[in-house]
Amino acid sequence: MIGRTYAVSLLGLEGAIVEIEADLSNNLPGFVLIGLPDTALGEAKDRVRAAATNSGCGLPNRKITVNLSPAALPKHGSGFDLGIAVAALAASGTISAESIDRVVHIGELGLDGRLRPVNGVLPAVLAASRAGFGTVMVPSGNADEASLVPGIRVIAVPSLRDAAIWHGGEFEPEPVEIITRPSVEAPTAESGDLSDMISSGDAIDAMLVAAAGGHHVFLLGPPGAGKTMLAARLPGLLPDLDPHAALEVSSIRSLAGLPVGSGLTTRPPLEAPHHTATAAALVGGGSTQIRPGAAARASDGVLFLDEAPEFAPAALDALRQPLETGIISIHRANSVAHFPGRFQLVMAANPCPCGQWGARDSECTCPPNSRRRYLARLSGPLLDRIDIQFRVERITSAQLRLAGERPSLTTADARATVTAARQRALARLAATPWRLNSHVPGSYLRGRELRLAPQVTSGLDRALERGGITMRGYDRVLRVAWTLADLADDERPDETHVGQALYLRKAMSQ
Amino acid sequence: MAAKDELGARGESLAADHLTGNGLEILDRNWRCSHGELDIVARDRDEVVFVEVKTRSSVLFGHPFESITSTKVARLRRLAAAWCEEHPGSSATIRIDAIAVIVPTRGTVEIEHLKRVS
Repeated sequence: MIGRTYAVSLLGLEGAIVEIEADLSNNLPGFVLIGLPDTALGEAKDRVRAAATNSGCGLPNRKITVNLSPAALPKHGSGFDLGIAVAALAASGTISAESIDRVVHIGELGLDGRLRPVNGVLPAVLAASRAGFGTVMVPSGNADEASLVPGIRVIAVPSLRDAAIWHGGEFEPEPVEIITRPSVEAPTAESGDLSDMISSGDAIDAMLVAAAGGHHVFLLGPPGAGKTMLAARLPGLLPDLDPHAALEVSSIRSLAGLPVGSGLTTRPPLEAPHHTATAAALVGGGSTQIRPGAAARASDGVLFLDEAPEFAPAALDALRQPLETGIISIHRANSVAHFPGRFQLVMAANPCPCGQWGARDSECTCPPNSRRRYLARLSGPLLDRIDIQFRVERITSAQLRLAGERPSLTTADARATVTAARQRALARLAATPWRLNSHVPGSYLRGRELRLAPQVTSGLDRALERGGITMRGYDRVLRVAWTLADLADDERPDETHVGQALYLRKAMSQ
Repeated sequence: MAAKDELGARGESLAADHLTGNGLEILDRNWRCSHGELDIVARDRDEVVFVEVKTRSSVLFGHPFESITSTKVARLRRLAAAWCEEHPGSSATIRIDAIAVIVPTRGTVEIEHLKRVS
């Protein structure tokens, strides 16, 4: 007799359906697990036997052979335990083999037979749903997360005994204490409101432009100028995630072992890795199980690199591929994992090691040599991909006095403005594959339809002639100019918008 | 005779009865050599069957079959070879079986027979 059921093996965010077959042969008791399991999965045989005995539905004293196919696909983790256990029980005739054949099983077994929640349930259930399965069985501790996937029936069970009962096993139900995840309060991504910042107006305008167009930002300025505060407020300016993005952000959280809660994440995430982060920590890595890094967790949100020149050059340059393609691919000898990488990059840096270069109120003490070297740590190709390069100044006492008198922009108002500007861009780009101004290639902006009049771009053309900006820089200024026009609710950018866009790119040339 | 040996001897005779009941002819009981001991040697049509009998009074400390390890099976194979050497011309084919006997203090005796365990 053969028991057959299904489980999901995750590689990146993509899940592959794995068939679990269990065969019972008349031989001395033994448990053989074949089909390329890793160590954690290989230990499943001991967990399954103990869990089955302790939950009162013991396995027969015969040889049980469990095969996981496709055999060539590497499988890892403890999420296969439940599938292996029910397949073995079905092989021994304790539960209905027909019943388990239609269900995908996900869950780790404890020795007492209770089911433990596992990481990555959301992408796994999503994969099962896409593969055409109608029912999935998960541990009660993962029930909230699994039920976020539309169009699939979720059976949450607290123990192997309850799973066996659901599949027609003749046992008396026995109430057990459900194993839940230790609930960690999700750190609030949006710290503080825009209105409690005292800053020069154009720094806030620069963030508005970044939010509206999805442009990457580089903030340059002395310590205490408010770079970190500005960056931390950017996610608050972004509109709510659309359902597709919300599912993806929640899936990444689930995969990274972060709490998902009972609803999809609707706010854009903020990830601010420390500058000692390695390339693997930023983009993700791992030998057998490939885990998402900070950049993947920041997809559809903001990746903030404070003190950017202090990052290892290799770590920063690992971001070039996702910046270009929006996808993070991690290659290993036996597999390739893909994660979404559509984050908005915000980098902050001091202009020199002492931080005072160019500040109005203090003197820089760095030798010219070390000053030059400091920003040269950011590679040219990386900076080239950043649309807005903006210099933030410390506020003056006059600005501090004025701040109390003027009503300042709140995050809620700013978000409304940004959402309206994004709607405008979306309507204009409806016929194209792009959704945000920052995604639009320069050739399209310089094309027949959207080309700006010569008098509008004259300032920009002069900068190009003088060698102040490159051709790539020219395109980036055009994109920002379109975003500025969207924010101002204008049909097309005019000279002022192009001038402002040029200003938002000049931090490095000062 | 110690209690455990008594239980073992009882289990072995129960197993022998089970085999003869199934039409097997017992060739040897408790055959010994320098490698160890064979519990039962029987003939099943043209096969010589070497049977390891395990007896327990309960399954509280595990099922009898669980104590037949791969080392034990390897030893049975060596013993089978030694027996065949001493009894030339007995048979061309051999097989190794295991019989579990559970003899509870009260209630009925359970006998399980596994064929071709290696």
